[in-house]
Amino acid sequence: MTDWLERLGSSTLSNMATLGRAILFLLRVVAGCGELVRRPRLLMRELYSVGVLTLVIIVVSGLFVGMVLSLQGYYTLVDFGAEQSLGVLVALSLTRELGPVVTALLFAGRAGSALTAEIGLMKATEQLAGMEMMAVDPERRVIAPRLIAALISLPLLAVIFTLLGIFGAYVVGTALLGVDSGAFWSQMQAQVSFADDVLNGVIKSVLFGLVAGWIAVFNGYDCMPTSQGVSRATTQTVVVTSLVVLALDFVLTALMFD
Amino acid sequence: MKNSRRVDLAVGAFVAAGLAALFVLAMQVSNITAFQRAEGYTIIGYFQNVGGLRERAPVRLGGVQIGRVSAIDLDQNRFEARVEITIAEGYDDLPSDTAASIRTSGLLGEQYISLDPGGMPDALSQGDEIMLTQSALVLEDIIGQFLYNQGAGGEE
Repeated sequence: MTDWLERLGSSTLSNMATLGRAILFLLRVVAGCGELVRRPRLLMRELYSVGVLTLVIIVVSGLFVGMVLSLQGYYTLVDFGAEQSLGVLVALSLTRELGPVVTALLFAGRAGSALTAEIGLMKATEQLAGMEMMAVDPERRVIAPRLIAALISLPLLAVIFTLLGIFGAYVVGTALLGVDSGAFWSQMQAQVSFADDVLNGVIKSVLFGLVAGWIAVFNGYDCMPTSQGVSRATTQTVVVTSLVVLALDFVLTALMFD
Repeated sequence: MKNSRRVDLAVGAFVAAGLAALFVLAMQVSNITAFQRAEGYTIIGYFQNVGGLRERAPVRLGGVQIGRVSAIDLDQNRFEARVEITIAEGYDDLPSDTAASIRTSGLLGEQYISLDPGGMPDALSQGDEIMLTQSALVLEDIIGQFLYNQGAGGEE
């Protein structure tokens, strides 16, 4: 019994210490972001590897999520004779929830894991220590551009995901299921509000971008500098990001849409 | 050098695609131009019961949407619901004896305010009150009344 309590206590303490390190780390990185104004080239390269290279998986999954949503929504709505509302159903679920959340989950798998592995390997091969020796601050030079790139990329990816999802739903709904295309768009436009639905979705994805980027770069920076440590940190990034995004999404939804 | 230009190009295309997608979401999916707040004029109606009416519910005249409900709260003196209705700018010559009633679109649909124009020559303007209002139908009341009538009929 005391053994169990002791283990619980020590794991709580070490988790708290990690959380504290993560918060201090974030504050230092945010303070070091001024560097990017002088060297926008650093940000460009990271935007490419974090954003552009994630685009393919976002485009493909956006289309398919929209198409599946259209099929499943239709089977339920048609029982009530409300298949004209298919566009509303798809657009609201994509703009409010699925767009930001699924994009953040895919982002964690595709870009977050890569960020952690890259930074962790830099640490394991002592490149970060080498930079410090040359009086180059790795937090400004390496971490800050990656965090900002995640923050910028995720909302853009989420918007593209949402739009392609709606397009996929439109194609399946009108071509395959025979929903009237005029009703599809007009009901959607009548029910979806830009300020309440689209903008809140974008705000969500900005926060998810911050969280996903933060967890990824912190896990890389904080990992044990061994091959096992890097692999564990990479796994940790994907797991923790997914859990935090889902929990945060619940809180944000409760705050935004009463 | 060539490589870095390709990166720039790809990033530029990515950002442009994202902004274009947001623009399409604004224009095509959510129709940003329709009935923004704070345009037009506000009139006030007092209802005994607003039922399930919510803020931003549509206001229709002859089935055409001409405005939105901008606020609902309780008037402490009259103990009635005070509903602020914002009418879009183009519709500024509604007769001053226009009546308002709360209706439901379809059997299970959302509730909205339906305006019925009167015949007075002068028009409603900012801050005017609607004199004739009809509350929302509350389903429980109707059922209760129906049961009461049935019960009374049964005893004869």
